[in-house]
Amino acid sequence: MEITSNTFKKNAREALADPALQRAMSHVRSGFIDKRARAAAALPEFDEIRDTGRDIKNHTLAHLDLYLEAYEDRVRSAGGEVHYAETAESALETVLGICRKANAKTVTKGKSMIAEEIGLNEYLEEHGIEPVETDLGEYIIQLRHEGPSHIIAPAVHLNKDQVEESFRAAHTDLPADRDLSEPTSLLNEARGILRERFLAADVGITGANFLVAETGTSVIVTNEGNGDLTQILPRVHIVVASIEKIVPTLNDVSQIMRLLARSATGQDLSVYTTFSTGPRRPDDPDGPDEYHVVILDNGRSEMLGSEFKEALRCIRCGACMNHCPVYQAVGGHAYGWVYPGPIGAVLDPQLIGIEKAGNLPNASTFCGRCEEVCPMRIPLPKMMRHWREKEFERHLSPATARYGIGLWAFFARRPRLYQWATRWAMRVLANGAIGKGRYTSLPLAGGWTKYRDFPSPEGDGRTFQEQWAARRKSA
Amino acid sequence: MSDRETILGKIRRSLAVDTNDVGRRAIVIARLEGTPRGIVPKRGQLPAEQRVSLFSKMAEKVSGSVGRVAKPEDVPRAVAEFLRENNLPAAIRTGGDPLLAGMPWDDTQVEVSHGPSDGGDPVGLSHAVAGVAETGTLVLTSGPDNPTTLNFLPETHIVVVAAEDIAGDYETVWDDLQKRHGKGHLPRTVNLVTGPSRSADIEQTLLLGAHGPRRLHIVVVG
Repeated sequence: MEITSNTFKKNAREALADPALQRAMSHVRSGFIDKRARAAAALPEFDEIRDTGRDIKNHTLAHLDLYLEAYEDRVRSAGGEVHYAETAESALETVLGICRKANAKTVTKGKSMIAEEIGLNEYLEEHGIEPVETDLGEYIIQLRHEGPSHIIAPAVHLNKDQVEESFRAAHTDLPADRDLSEPTSLLNEARGILRERFLAADVGITGANFLVAETGTSVIVTNEGNGDLTQILPRVHIVVASIEKIVPTLNDVSQIMRLLARSATGQDLSVYTTFSTGPRRPDDPDGPDEYHVVILDNGRSEMLGSEFKEALRCIRCGACMNHCPVYQAVGGHAYGWVYPGPIGAVLDPQLIGIEKAGNLPNASTFCGRCEEVCPMRIPLPKMMRHWREKEFERHLSPATARYGIGLWAFFARRPRLYQWATRWAMRVLANGAIGKGRYTSLPLAGGWTKYRDFPSPEGDGRTFQEQWAARRKSA
Repeated sequence: MSDRETILGKIRRSLAVDTNDVGRRAIVIARLEGTPRGIVPKRGQLPAEQRVSLFSKMAEKVSGSVGRVAKPEDVPRAVAEFLRENNLPAAIRTGGDPLLAGMPWDDTQVEVSHGPSDGGDPVGLSHAVAGVAETGTLVLTSGPDNPTTLNFLPETHIVVVAAEDIAGDYETVWDDLQKRHGKGHLPRTVNLVTGPSRSADIEQTLLLGAHGPRRLHIVVVG
């Protein structure tokens, strides 16, 4: 997909002025935030399990090479194949190779962020294979030729009338006068159409929420059941997953399972948590004949040795974006690539380069809600700060920002001059706003006052240092 | 160098570790063999009868329906009744599960066919090897007698579970499965099913019956 992260400011402005998007985003609060809070409160051990979840992931990452080897052994002994892919290109070639060998014309797909990350749909189409997204949200955005705007609710940016419009445009075999005014009728129509596709597909591709080293198992979590139909009906099942999805044991998975759905949708557990180990066994009446796992690195092994390694604990629940005031205001597409929100601001610069996504870590108010709700306790604001530092060091931030910071640094290094200058500025600002208490426009601060007033300084025009000194004296 | 070697090499470089470090290997083996339990919520740690009630309560909370019969012989009658009450055809598709096969289906009007589903069956009947009280979850395993398609293709899914197989937590279920299938081994598919299929992808409106069953009915035996 085309990367537009560097025009975040422009994207955000457009998003704020888009009434349909703003209407759709209003569902985020009731849909995600309140439900998560209720689900977390209903499990007294929730916060303690967040600690064990974090520890499990830290332990796994510290021994990742060995757990990958153990996992791979188990998959092979269950009759499955493991393919490693260092880059997106390598993963794409591997998947295409398996599809070609199976003479595949259509593949069904369960929702997979890794498939989005490597651009799998476009690649398969270019090579004459038709990918069919089966998660309702993914199906809708595939019809609209859009990318996901959320990692677990890819169509959260749309309203039902937009879905209706897309269905009418795509499903031209159905009667034009059918009633699609209710979400149920839209769901039923998609169910009917996709049922045919499930039964006809040659290959099914899913992601994985976990890869279990103990048993060589891939785990998917869905509510619709589409992932299961994707992986049990076709002759070949391909799992695409990244290296950090490894978890040592089934007991470890159980810990993290207790966090995932609660943090994501506020459910105690998603409807379908499915554990798949190898292809169908000799006497099994159904299931795929072949089982392949494509394990993607794509920059993650380097992250492991950097200050961003803790982001590899992420279980892709989406809680950070649901609770982010910036995400809530502008939606996921403004971020300009696959992973939006706070986790996207940390991952995207690593995965596609700071030159292309260095702008995203600036899309934060540093309110800290993301870290507060992250089930894996990832210090997202700290990491966004690291990226900001890198962006500055590499001279990627705009000239005006660099000049401004340089100017501030000149004064900050000269305390007397700094005190004199701030004292002067405070007096001027306080006098200029007498009676109003705020400015609607200010020279050099147009970027601020364009959207909100600038408050005049409190404390009778005295600087913080003056007020502090006065307070110490009176105490 | 293969992608595999490159990736493992990069991981080791990032971690600043050596392949021959026996200490790390011992730690990994210990975890894989010892499979330590983390924090198991108190919620499910109950005496048998209360466990069954919690299981039923949680399953109903996620829009499943739950019936209970005293013994396996009573299941066909309960299933026939459920089908009648919900205006469903008196025909079910099921595998060859011994528990279900041993039930007196001939005493009812329900027509029973066997094998995996091709999408044409309105009602599927399965036997869950376990239930989990903590979240009202059913545990279904694939095998010669238990086709996985039955869990997803029919519009209505009826699942029989023995009261004595309802555990408090997932960890207990993993222990039992490993006893049955061998340490470190699982059947091809293990489905944890918590309620009927649903989607909230359109305007965050929760709708039942996305791609899997629209209706999930559980019959607890014992």
